[in-house]
Amino acid sequence: MSQKGSSNCDGKGGEMILAKTGNEALAFAMKQIEPDVVAAYPITPSTEIVQIFSSYVADGLVGTEFVAVESEHSAMSACIAAAASGARAMTATSSQGLALMHEMLFIASGLRLPIVLCVVNRSLSSPLNIHCDHTDSLASRDSGWIQIFCEDAQEAYDSLICAVKIAESIFLPVMVTIDGFIISHCLQKIDVLTDEEVKSFIGEYRPNYNLLDVDNPITLGPACLPDSFFEHKRAQAEGMYQALAVIEKVFKEYEKRFARPLSIIEEYQTADAEVGILCMGSTAGTAKVAVDNLRKKGHKVGLFKLRIFRPIAVKYLQRALKNIKILGILERMEGLSAFGGPLFNEVRSVLYDEAKRPIILSYVYGLGGREITPEEIEEVFLELISLKNKRRKSIEKFRYINVR
Amino acid sequence: MKSIKELLKEPELFSSGHRACAGCGEVLAVRQVLLASQKPVACAMPTGCLEIVSTIFPHTAWQVPMFHSAFENAAATISGMEAAYRVLRRKGKIDKKIYFIAFGGDGGTYDIGFQALSGAIERRHSFLYVCTDNQAYMNTGIQRSSATPQFAHTTTSPKGEKLPGKLQPRKDIMEIVIAHEVPYAAQTTVAFFSDLVKKVEKAQSYEGPTFINILVPCPLGWGHLPSLTIEISRLAVETNFWPLYEYENGVYRLTYKPSEVKPITEWLKLQNRFAHLFEEKNKHLLEEFQKYVDEKFQKLLKKFEASGK
Repeated sequence: MSQKGSSNCDGKGGEMILAKTGNEALAFAMKQIEPDVVAAYPITPSTEIVQIFSSYVADGLVGTEFVAVESEHSAMSACIAAAASGARAMTATSSQGLALMHEMLFIASGLRLPIVLCVVNRSLSSPLNIHCDHTDSLASRDSGWIQIFCEDAQEAYDSLICAVKIAESIFLPVMVTIDGFIISHCLQKIDVLTDEEVKSFIGEYRPNYNLLDVDNPITLGPACLPDSFFEHKRAQAEGMYQALAVIEKVFKEYEKRFARPLSIIEEYQTADAEVGILCMGSTAGTAKVAVDNLRKKGHKVGLFKLRIFRPIAVKYLQRALKNIKILGILERMEGLSAFGGPLFNEVRSVLYDEAKRPIILSYVYGLGGREITPEEIEEVFLELISLKNKRRKSIEKFRYINVR
Repeated sequence: MKSIKELLKEPELFSSGHRACAGCGEVLAVRQVLLASQKPVACAMPTGCLEIVSTIFPHTAWQVPMFHSAFENAAATISGMEAAYRVLRRKGKIDKKIYFIAFGGDGGTYDIGFQALSGAIERRHSFLYVCTDNQAYMNTGIQRSSATPQFAHTTTSPKGEKLPGKLQPRKDIMEIVIAHEVPYAAQTTVAFFSDLVKKVEKAQSYEGPTFINILVPCPLGWGHLPSLTIEISRLAVETNFWPLYEYENGVYRLTYKPSEVKPITEWLKLQNRFAHLFEEKNKHLLEEFQKYVDEKFQKLLKKFEASGK
């Protein structure tokens, strides 16, 4: 694999189907977005994004100011400062890097800075492990960032371009995630836009305020006492309440212009399904195979792939799940709450007011990169089928797939 | 160099009406640096006294752009601002030269912000880093920092039956910054306005990272009368505890030579944080303190001599 990506695309049109790994696809989208500032620190498995992008800088293919900072905390700090200074800022990270950024994630969203972050999902220590689960981004769930989960490199490429427009439309930061190694390092055929198409879609960055407008100086990041802090947070929350409509609008515009559909929840074989599985990320691809296999045997099973984890897609989830009798939530994180992880708890809570709501079980799987197969997902479906007529309260909710 | 008379006619960029304590050395330093600074200037600061006393929403004392985001990242913040400036200038979106200054206390500089500072200097961003060094974490209530002098009483290095305050001498931040091969680094204090002004002007004449460490007395933390801030600042220099010097392109230079070097007790006796050293049983600690100051100054002297200054 070439450090500069396997692209032979010159950005001037022509052959637009490329072979790219997830990391290469994200780096390539970043090149086409051409942010003003990228401040980043390498960490497995997102390192390549930073490497590839720095080679674009070295070859003069982008006019970006690349700041090779000394930690992820400084990466996000510098992105925040750059965005507040009127620059479009992006970065990439994984796992411990996202954890080290944690403090700054809240500051980015609190200052309403539309930073876009590529997260290549990886487990959090301890024990140390470099492989995929969703603990890193799910642990950032309350930081005020929009979170877009992607099944594959194509979806990641399209989502990253949309993320810039979403972030700058609602002034909220956005993280776009792919599964570490499974997608980040796996070669895939992707269909890319031209540089001009990307640039015309995202437009110019028009900041809300600009620190470097020295003739109109502002003080940014003041202390707020109890008489004003609450209003700031309430206004920020309003942004998140409105974000889903913005995401939908941007996705629709993207689909209209480039004929590539992007969904908030992708449904697969759900029209007549009464048994469902809901998951995020690359596992959706595996689950589709399981659905196909069971459909051939006459089972009415379907898949819900949730793409937007923040904000919570309340209406979409309620609408999508209204005819499901029993739902298995595949959660790639152990919530350590003694009551399941965030995906389980939030989807369950969203359905609380519904007159008809499914039985919901939590299936924790794939921690630290443990593989999940179509057969294992088929077993989950069959288990759900066997439980669908049982009394709700009698069923053990918390289950684990393929753990010794 | 502009004279003090001329400088005092310049618009105040750090306005009155802030919430600093009477006699606060830190805000004096900030005001002096901003008066001396090239314009236009954009600034950053970490969480700390300075941020709290100057910004409480919706008020601000800053008449220049000022950005505070967190405690440990003033240098990373100024890196991001300067990177944005560079690219936006290249793209024609900014049409004038802007200078950058980060103000950090000793906590945000010597300790929690140390990694970010080292990184920003190594990357050769163009900015002046001003450390307003009051030798402890004053904002949280006078806890020891690595800038706290040996034997000082703080709330986390308290004097007790067994321990005489802080056990370790302070970190030599100047030497650490100089080891990064910066073009310019200097040490000064608020009682020497002209010295400070000259150092700011010199620092800003260089592209790349520069550093000024300013000793700023803290009446609350040091336990002295607010009216003695300038006196204590001056005595720190006259006792050789805080020699005024600079490092410029590899050359060390003493910028002020006291006509008579006073014993360290002259500086210590005005501050409550050192009151226990004057108890009979601690007489040897005073001697140890004097010895430390003398030895430290001798080491510095060798550097001046080696530089021929």
